[in-house]
Formats: sequence, C-alpha cells, structure tokens
Amino acid sequence: MKYRLSWGKLLIVLFLLFVVAVTLYPFIYMISVSLSKDIYVLKGQISLWPKGLNFKVYRLVLEDPRIVKGYLNTAIYVIVGTTVSLIVTAAGAYAVSKKEMLFYRTFTLLIVFTIFFGGGMIPTFLVVKSLGLIDTRWAMILPTAVVSWYLIIMRTFFSAFPKELEESAKIDGLNDFGIFFRLVLPLSKAVLATIGLFYAVSIWNNFYSALLYLRNSDLFPLQVVLRNIVLAGQVNSVKVTSIGQDSLIVEESLKYATIIVSTVPILLIYPFLQKYFSQGAMVGSVKG
Amino acid sequence: MAETFVRKFNQSKYLLLLFIPCLIYYILFRYFPMFGVIISFKEYNIFKGVINSPWVGFKYYEMFFQSHDFYKLLRNTFLLGLYKLLFGFPAPILLALMLNEVKQRIFKKFVQSISYLPHFISNVVVVSMILMFLSPSSGIVNQLIQAFGMDPVNFMSRPELFRAIYVLSEVWQHTGWEAILYLAALSSIDPMLYEAAEMDGASRWKKTIHITLPGIVPVIIVLFILNIGSVLDISFEKVFLLYNPAIYETSDILSTFVYRTGLGQGNFSYASAVDVFTGIIGLIFIYSANSISRKVGETSVW
Repeated sequence: MKYRLSWGKLLIVLFLLFVVAVTLYPFIYMISVSLSKDIYVLKGQISLWPKGLNFKVYRLVLEDPRIVKGYLNTAIYVIVGTTVSLIVTAAGAYAVSKKEMLFYRTFTLLIVFTIFFGGGMIPTFLVVKSLGLIDTRWAMILPTAVVSWYLIIMRTFFSAFPKELEESAKIDGLNDFGIFFRLVLPLSKAVLATIGLFYAVSIWNNFYSALLYLRNSDLFPLQVVLRNIVLAGQVNSVKVTSIGQDSLIVEESLKYATIIVSTVPILLIYPFLQKYFSQGAMVGSVKG
Repeated sequence: MAETFVRKFNQSKYLLLLFIPCLIYYILFRYFPMFGVIISFKEYNIFKGVINSPWVGFKYYEMFFQSHDFYKLLRNTFLLGLYKLLFGFPAPILLALMLNEVKQRIFKKFVQSISYLPHFISNVVVVSMILMFLSPSSGIVNQLIQAFGMDPVNFMSRPELFRAIYVLSEVWQHTGWEAILYLAALSSIDPMLYEAAEMDGASRWKKTIHITLPGIVPVIIVLFILNIGSVLDISFEKVFLLYNPAIYETSDILSTFVYRTGLGQGNFSYASAVDVFTGIIGLIFIYSANSISRKVGETSVW
C-alpha cells in the first residue's frame, strides 16, 4: 500500500469529519447545557464542554412522576409489542416463504399490496375504536404489530434456509409447525435479533399511535410525556421553584436533560443494529 | 380439482396455521380500514356506524376539490416531497462515494456508525431539538446570529423558512442510513476492475466516473423509483410536531389536515375523502414512476 497525501483525499477526510461534527454536535451541546451550572446557561456561554458540572437537573428529571410513568409504559409497550410483533411476523414470513403452500400467491399479494395502499388515518382510527382498543395498552401494540417490509426481509431470509435440513426433520417426523419452532427459529437468531431491535426502536419512538388512540395520561408513553414537557412547555414549575434558595433551574437545561434521558436507551442499542441490517435493508428495498 | 385442493390443504395445513395470526392482523388493521374508506362516500354518523350512515356520493370529494384548502395542501405536500427528493436523494450517494474512497477501515467505520445515529432518534426528539435550537430567546442558532450583531430570527413564525427547515432536518436524519444501501452496492463491485484500470493508468477521478458510478447505477435507479413513488409520503409525525398555525400557509399538508378535520373537528367523512385522495395520488405516482423506468431502462421495481 502506498501512502500519498493528495488534495482530494484531504478534502474527503475534511468533509467526513464535517459530517461527524454536524451529527454529534447537537447531542454534545444538549448534554453540556444540561450538565452546566445555570448561570452559564443563562449567559449563553456553553458551546462545547459543560461549565460548573452538576447533575441537579437530572435528579429533577428522574424524580418527575410523569417521566417515570412514561418510562414504565414505554418499557411495557416495547417488551410486549416486540414479542407479539416478532412472533406474528416470523410465523407469517415462514409461511409465505413456502411456495407450495395453499394460497401462497394470494397471501403474498395481500401483504405486498399494503405497502402501496392503505385505508388511511381515519378509517384505521374507526376500526381501532370499534375493536374497543382506544385508551388501552393494546392500542400501542396491535395496530402497528406487523411491518410489511420486515416481513418480506424475514421471508427472504427463511427462503434461503437449507432445504435438506427441513427435509431431514420431516423424515424424522416433525411437521411444519415443529420444523418452524424447533429447527428454523433457533437457527435464525441473527435475523430475529435484527428485526426485533427494529421493532423495539419503532415502538420506543412511536408517537403517532399514542396521539391517535390514547387520551388517558396514565397510559402515555415516554414520547408523549416528552412532547408535553418540551414542546407544550408543561415544565413542572412547582418542583422547580420548591427546590429553593440559591438553586435556580433553567428551563432549557431541564428540557435538554429530559431529551437526553429519553434518548439514552436508543444511543445504547443502536450500535448493535448495524451488525446485520446492511444485508437486511438491501434485501428489503431492492428485491422487495 | 377438489381432490388436489384437499391434498394441498392437508400438506400445508400447519403452514396455514402459522399464517393465521398474520392473516388476522392484515384483515383487521389493513383491509378493514381499506373498506372503511366507504365512509368518505357517506354522511358518517358515530351513532349509526359505518354501515348504517346514509350515502352521499362524491359530496365530500367535490367539497374538497372546490375548497381553497385543496390547492394549498396539494402544493405544500408536493413541494415538501419534491425538495426532499432533490436534496435528500443525492446526499446519501455523495456520502457513500466519499466513504468508499477512505481506505482506513477504522475511520470509515467510525464515520459510518456516527452518521446513521439520527435515523433512530424519534421525531419528537428531533423536533424538540429543532425548536429549541431555533428558539428566538434562548436557542443556540440565535445566540450565534446575535454574536454577529444581527437581530434574532423567529424561525418558526416565518412561513418561507419552513420547507428549508423540514428538508434540512430530513437530510440530517436519514442521509447516513440511506448511504448503507449504496455502500453495500459499492462493496460488491469487482476489485479486479479497479486493478485493471490502475494498470491502464486511470486516475482516482476516472475510476470513480467509469467504474464506481456505473457499478451503483442500478441501485440508484431502483431507489429513485421508490423515492418518486413515495414523494407524497411526508412524515405526518414530524410536520405535525413542527408546524404551528402561524405557518400553515406553507406547512399544512394533506395528512395534518386529515388529522385536524377528522380527529380534531370530528368530520370523519370529509377527512377520509382527503385520505383516499392522497392514497390514490400516491398509487399513481408509484405506478407511473415504475412504468417510466420500465420503458426507459430494463429496471423496474416489480
């Protein structure tokens, strides 16, 4: 390998560093502001590193009952929702990966068509309502349980499963049901983990379903709580003033801390998403 | 006939069993709503329900086409989609080409991993960040503007700025993620081609033009078709969280209008008519994009 520094190379490296900076800076800035002493925030003196490091606002955020409840609700939605979604999607995907299945064409078309056309917001709302799901936890789980793209990615994965293995299992007396649960699923951990993480992230981030289907604030997921605090400005003012005396709380720091607290789980798991998804995304969008 | 059916059924009964939950999901949450669009031809009444509400034909469609919202909503939705395509489509190609030129694996991996982080951040968080950074009183952008001695700008009350803000934030969020597809295509180019070109004395630039680009053209075309097809798929969540009545002029789009009319004012029939209209326009876009590409080249999505 020869090493030659050229203007072109330098330009590319600078450009890529610029991309990194633009992507990361907003997060660094928010973290710094939320960790800084109020006086510096008010003066607008924070640019990169926190000044007067303290965790005061984080304590406030973590003590806010709305955020705690939102966290718990979202955790329930993510755990139950991902499980339901994965089982339904994987079983369905395995079925349509078998061309010899009765109604194979009909079912495949049934799934693919929904990628191009849907009933829309209002008819879906009315269906959810008539099923009695409004203001229940299921409203956050069932209406978005299956994502057609993910199902197609899984189908492509299953159809590459070695036929010989399945046939030998059949000879040993397993039916398709047994093959799926005892042979195919254990050998598909990679794709299950990937699609599972995708479902988990999309449920974690889901604001739409809550906006449409939930009125009861006891059921609100974190995203709605976050929106109420940051965008609708419902900062818990009682708490803020009652902390008293010298400790003035800057609303801005509080909001940034809330954003960070609700994003940390995503920041922690997203690096694991990259392992398999390049193949997955490729299969889904190009051969779909 | 019947016999083969029975035999086939027996052979695939366990597969069918596996498909049942999926089938129920699709029927309940995807196909029932599709039939639910009949309420756009009815005078929907909550107490009478979908079936018993009286028919009104195309009343709500005509109402929509004649309303002054029609042109505005169509224009806003279409322009947002168009600008997003114009800036959001080339950006990941550029990033992928740049990353492809980097030979140090660790640096490449680092840039890539960082670049798709925003794709996984929720719309609520992204919009919160935008609104706080752009805030006229305390936002960092306005602090910067004031540091240069200029007056602070109230970004979210200026209709002419909304499209730029939306498109920029979309580019920021999704460029890194979308570059993955191009990088995958780039890594599948036969390295022998580059070696051969080097032997013939081709420069880095020449190699990019004659080997790299042609290597990813099929992917570019397929993704371009898909993107045109979904030009009207503007993220409802994002616009809904980002806009405010002062800038409806440029920021109100079909889906936000559907939300306000349907769930806000309870005018379900009118809102569904707008919904159906959006869906049909979307279908037309996908279909025509695909047939054009089929005529021009050999590539087609289906």
